[in-house]
Amino acid sequence: MKSTQVRNSLKRGLAAVAATFALFTGPAVAQEPIKIGAFLAVTGPAASLGDPEQKTLELYVGKINAAGGVLGRKLQLISYDAAGDAEKARTFAKRLIEQDKVDVIVGGTSTGETMAVIPLVEAAQIPFISLAGAVVIVEPVKKWVFKTPHTDRMACEKIFIDMQSRKFSKIALISGPGGFDKSMRAECLKLNKKYGIDVIADETYGGGDTDMTAQLTKIKNTAGVQAVLNPGFGQGPAIVTKNYGQLGITIPLYQSHGVASKEFIKLAGAAAEGVRLPGAALLVADSLPASDPQRSVAVAYKNEYESHFKSDISTFGGHAYDGLMIAVEAIKKAGGTDKAKVRDAIESTRRFIGVDGTYTMSPTDHMGLDLSAFRMLEVKGGNWTLVK
Amino acid sequence: MLARLASPRTGGMLALAAVIALLPLVLSNKYFYDIAVLVGLNAIVCIGLNLLIGYAGQISLGHAGFFGLGAYGSAILASRYGWPPLAAMLATTFAVAALAFVVGRPILRLKGHYLAMATLGLGVIIFMVITTEDKFTGGPDGIAVVPFRIGGFVVQGERIWYWVVGALLLVAVWLALNLIESPAGRALRALHSSEIGAEVVGINAANHKVMVFVISAVFASVAGSLAAHYSGFVTPGKVTFLHSIELVTMVVFGGMASTFGAVVGAAVLTTLPQLLAVFEDYEMMVFGAVMMGTMIFLPRGVVPSLARLLQTRRQRASADGEEEGA
Repeated sequence: MKSTQVRNSLKRGLAAVAATFALFTGPAVAQEPIKIGAFLAVTGPAASLGDPEQKTLELYVGKINAAGGVLGRKLQLISYDAAGDAEKARTFAKRLIEQDKVDVIVGGTSTGETMAVIPLVEAAQIPFISLAGAVVIVEPVKKWVFKTPHTDRMACEKIFIDMQSRKFSKIALISGPGGFDKSMRAECLKLNKKYGIDVIADETYGGGDTDMTAQLTKIKNTAGVQAVLNPGFGQGPAIVTKNYGQLGITIPLYQSHGVASKEFIKLAGAAAEGVRLPGAALLVADSLPASDPQRSVAVAYKNEYESHFKSDISTFGGHAYDGLMIAVEAIKKAGGTDKAKVRDAIESTRRFIGVDGTYTMSPTDHMGLDLSAFRMLEVKGGNWTLVK
Repeated sequence: MLARLASPRTGGMLALAAVIALLPLVLSNKYFYDIAVLVGLNAIVCIGLNLLIGYAGQISLGHAGFFGLGAYGSAILASRYGWPPLAAMLATTFAVAALAFVVGRPILRLKGHYLAMATLGLGVIIFMVITTEDKFTGGPDGIAVVPFRIGGFVVQGERIWYWVVGALLLVAVWLALNLIESPAGRALRALHSSEIGAEVVGINAANHKVMVFVISAVFASVAGSLAAHYSGFVTPGKVTFLHSIELVTMVVFGGMASTFGAVVGAAVLTTLPQLLAVFEDYEMMVFGAVMMGTMIFLPRGVVPSLARLLQTRRQRASADGEEEGA
């Protein structure tokens, strides 16, 4: 794994030398690679998101090149580690635009990194597909900025619809201090009235807390609570779930798409049984019905990733897969790397089936997913199952 | 005349000015200008921090907090409340100076590890306030900042920022060099070598320590304000404990008690991650190796160690010359 990356960087160096020669010799320009720029949080606090994204991009750029590239040209991936730092992301984006002269940027693991880069890509007029979650990235719509992941607003809606169908109208919230938690909690609190749901308890826990029984006891003693929602990310939700089991609370617990990984089930153990959360089809790829349009894409990505890296897939790698594929499709449709044409092509993406859902973008929607992209999942027997 | 040129106050300033003036000849695109601006901003913080650490011998592991207060103060006043950026920056600077003055006196009574812990705590508190007060600060996702403008003139684009930051860097160096050579600067160095000794000869140690603490906080705050306007976006990432450590590392790496060392440290540690990006997965390892190598072979920091090396060599050469002459 490591040695291939060294070889990759060697190759990249050689490619740079070759590109320099190509500049001097002139006619070879037709063979110039299509440059895909990326800045991802491969290390740092968001590494569990950035790492599968980086691996996915490397894997699929390699696969596309092995199959002959795009429009007869090879893809070249230029990727930097922004480590979740907005300042670094901004500098690396500037490097991608000014120094490496990339044709399209796919990246930005966290919302902060993405937001810091948006002014640059807008000024440089270069298509940018972000892999971060928050709604603010595409609302209001920015001409050159797109994103692939589902938003936290959609997660709230999906959860509230499920609660509605189970006739819950009084719920409790419990959330942590992180950016994801805060953003999703705020979105949910904007939407609950629309679904006729009252939030009658709203508890928070600290970043390093290892025990949430105090907050949960408070919720348990609040009369009338029918379900608990934990919009959270990282370790927190696993601890909440564990404590939930220890306290013997029997009302349903909802988690967010932020913990939609096997790691969560492992950490929460038996207490995770019965927990519901909205997640991408990717997590239940094998149990999707054959008629589901996403099945073949999700199963192919899952098998490819797991056999290549010998590790479980995560939804975050899926965001990168969709971002890369949408960019590649757009370049094909634009017939080249003219930035304005590629941008228009991305905006006119119609019914593109990715692992996150089916994308249909428009001038007013630069994400392109609707609620059907989320599946309501329930943990059963230590695994994800589709809620029918 | 020559002796004056060789002194750090004039010669060093001239050399730095020449570097800043000539650097654009090799900066071929905006990306390089961007790095140069970041180096300049970090250097301004490090010059201030070096006065505290290098000359007065007090540690601060919370300077990212002051940097962050400067950045967020400017961001909130200028972007949320529509203040003119210059007024926002000045108000923020005064507020940070006042804060440093108030907390400085009790904190700087502590010594060694205790002082390190107290300043660390201060930085952490500032970080927590900034991440949790999301109504004002935008929380962990950060906040957008309007461009810097003075009257009708908008400071925008890497090239203009380069000259602004370059000029401010020269001002910062000039202030620091003058402070060190002033009676107050000599007092600081005296209390660095022995606080009791300094008090015996009539230096008010507490006052001097608070003064230099406030000055270093002001340097950090101004750099923070400028950084916020320059990048157009601030996140709590710049207020973390890790960033405080980075700043101290720059000072130690460049050489403590050397103003130009602080500049060199900021320049090397800001550009190194960019240069090392080619190593990909091994980036951090190479970075660590460079740091260790420097500290082993140039233990006093880059600039003082090299200056000393040069001096001993020159002395040896002149000694050899005398022998030959005899």
